[in-house]
Amino acid sequence: MSAESKFEPGSLAVSASPHIRCDESIAKIMWTVNATLAPAALFSVWYFGMPALLTLVICIAASVGTEYLIQRWQNKPVSISDGSAFLTGLLLAMNIPATVPWYMPLLGSLVAIGIAKHTMGGLGYNIFNPALIGRAFLLASWPIAMTTWPSMPSQLDGVTSATPLGILKLQGYEKLVQVFGDQPSLYKALFLGTRSGSAGETSVVLLLIGGLYLIYRGYINWHVPVCMIGTVAGLTWLFGGNGGLFTGDPLLAMLSGGLVLGSFYMATDMVTIPITVKGQILFAVGAGALTVLIRLLGGYPEGVCYAILLMNSVTPLIDRLVKPVKFGTRR
Amino acid sequence: MAKSFRGGVHPNDRKAYTASKHIQSAPVPSRVIIPTRQHIGAPCTPVVQAGDLVKKGQIIAEAQAFVSAPVHASISGKVLEISEYPHPVFGTCPAIVIEGDGQDEWQEGLPLSRNWQDFDRSELKEFVRQAGIVGMGGATFPTHVKMAPPAEKQIDMLILNGAECEPFLTADHRVMLERAQDVMTGTQIAMKILGVTQGFIGIEENKPDAIAAMRKAAEGTAIQVVALKTKYPQGAEKTLIKVIADREVPSGGLPMDVGIVVQNVGTAVAIADAVQNGIPLIERVTTVTGGAIAEPQNLSLRVGATFSQAIECCGGFREAPVKIIMGGPMMGLAQRTLDTPIIKGTSGILALSAADVNVGPERPCIRCGRCVETCPMGLVPSMLSLLGERSRYQEAKEEFNLLDCVECGSCVYVCPAKRNIVQYIKLSKAQNAAQAVKK
Repeated sequence: MSAESKFEPGSLAVSASPHIRCDESIAKIMWTVNATLAPAALFSVWYFGMPALLTLVICIAASVGTEYLIQRWQNKPVSISDGSAFLTGLLLAMNIPATVPWYMPLLGSLVAIGIAKHTMGGLGYNIFNPALIGRAFLLASWPIAMTTWPSMPSQLDGVTSATPLGILKLQGYEKLVQVFGDQPSLYKALFLGTRSGSAGETSVVLLLIGGLYLIYRGYINWHVPVCMIGTVAGLTWLFGGNGGLFTGDPLLAMLSGGLVLGSFYMATDMVTIPITVKGQILFAVGAGALTVLIRLLGGYPEGVCYAILLMNSVTPLIDRLVKPVKFGTRR
Repeated sequence: MAKSFRGGVHPNDRKAYTASKHIQSAPVPSRVIIPTRQHIGAPCTPVVQAGDLVKKGQIIAEAQAFVSAPVHASISGKVLEISEYPHPVFGTCPAIVIEGDGQDEWQEGLPLSRNWQDFDRSELKEFVRQAGIVGMGGATFPTHVKMAPPAEKQIDMLILNGAECEPFLTADHRVMLERAQDVMTGTQIAMKILGVTQGFIGIEENKPDAIAAMRKAAEGTAIQVVALKTKYPQGAEKTLIKVIADREVPSGGLPMDVGIVVQNVGTAVAIADAVQNGIPLIERVTTVTGGAIAEPQNLSLRVGATFSQAIECCGGFREAPVKIIMGGPMMGLAQRTLDTPIIKGTSGILALSAADVNVGPERPCIRCGRCVETCPMGLVPSMLSLLGERSRYQEAKEEFNLLDCVECGSCVYVCPAKRNIVQYIKLSKAQNAAQAVKK
């Protein structure tokens, strides 16, 4: 057999090195993240019922559909199969109350994909997390519907439309503990997710399992959730109590609201956070501090969404400030 | 505990194709194409004409400049022509074509027999220069020039590079196993030329047999064999020095700035051959491998034999190759034709199948940060690729340390968006160089 027998001159690919690559891809990363969110999303359907399922379907379909139409209109290659628009839809649905009217998830998805993602240039170029922009848009447009929470299960019938953080803000810590019976029951409900809130934020345990898997796979850095949750816990302990410094409840702060969902899934959105690990730590601490600031002093009971969006806006500055140490600058 | 460095990647090393195969001498080619430029530096001038009869080992192109190395005939026969031929590095280059006479006759007096200990430093260096030796790891910098650092650079250490961190390649591995004594002799000669007493040989842990063989050969000498962690690019000069000597070559500097000279193990053998036997660099060990090669081999090939001759020695192709590479898959150069000749720096010939290369369409950077984590030089490759893509070459150089990139390709290997980061970096470097010439 000659060297030429299976070889056609001119058929060789000529390109710059390297010539081999690992088998990682954007689609693999995005679909893995989607899969790790699935348990918490399914829990919301089980717990909040059909409205949650409907919201999920609308958000995902509208996000993917919007991306498809925009890319067709712009004559760009359609990239909906990479799972990133699907992820935006999924995260948006998990970040809003399950019971909002159907047109809200639809419009939220349009804003998330159409404005937050594609006016910026599409995947990789958006400054803000699209799902959070979608949520912020809905919260600003329909503040009542967006803070009217689906009722909790039977034994808590009396306190329908308030999240634990809402009760804490308006009625105080003692009332919150009283609603859930005692402190252990409160923590248990928060950990398992049997409480009111945005559809996908409630089940801390399922979100943790998904998040830990992402850390294990190397898709997110553990520094981000640890620093963000740690900052929230520390500052809440320090300033969050009624009896002076160091009387706040850090555990409640860690388990409630959208902190676990936000710190594992939105503060780790690689496109909108700093690229170096050091920068990401700065980002996470900043997001944690802003969350506590909004929770304790702001008008809203929860601040994770705005905290992350605000930190998104300084990401380019952090990247300018925090660069890796170049080889050869120390001897 | 093997030593290591910051960053780097762990590609599947694919060395099993050839790691256990003995070096085979390829048949003497009936015709060779010998480029007049096989090194970094000034081209050589031919000293023969079409029609001349030449012997193996005879100088056929002479170095005029200081940074240059002479070129020798690799077979005996008749000079057919001197004209432009494909070149694995420079695209095309004037080459001397020799039609073999089938005798494979040495130039008179070769090979001879000398004891290196009988000669002083400058005599030894002259033997190396006359033999046309260049860095055989692939960089092809003339060895005698590397051995003559400017007087103000105090050299105190020689490091021999046996890391062979590129996937697929096993040529250095086999040389260390089969020619351990010559590697050691070449190292000792190089140390004498440099006047240094510290000598190290760095070998990746995935070659335990080579480590053992070299340790045995090093017994009774001052040379230490260091086991290195298996991680690409362990064999890049700067990371190798960092790991073995814990010195950082300054940004924009050379190893000699930290008192070190690095040589490849193949180069050490060439030095031993040149000094002890007067044999010039006309033959080298090359790994011919890849998913598209029928029977991958470690071949001893004449300079000037073509890629297609080498591939034929390995049974031809198993399937149609998508890429032909000179060197390793991480830093090697893609070739457009099989008529390309083997040169002094050809450490490997790879024929990669479609399954080997895994190219996908390039997607936008999603800022995942993997490139930043893997960059052994502490750069931000994602920004360099974006700036290159947008023709912002000067910004890449001034604000993102473009010129510190060693083009090891780790960033491209890990990139989930399949971005051609090194291509943008090469483009940006070339554009900056062109800009500098204009000014």
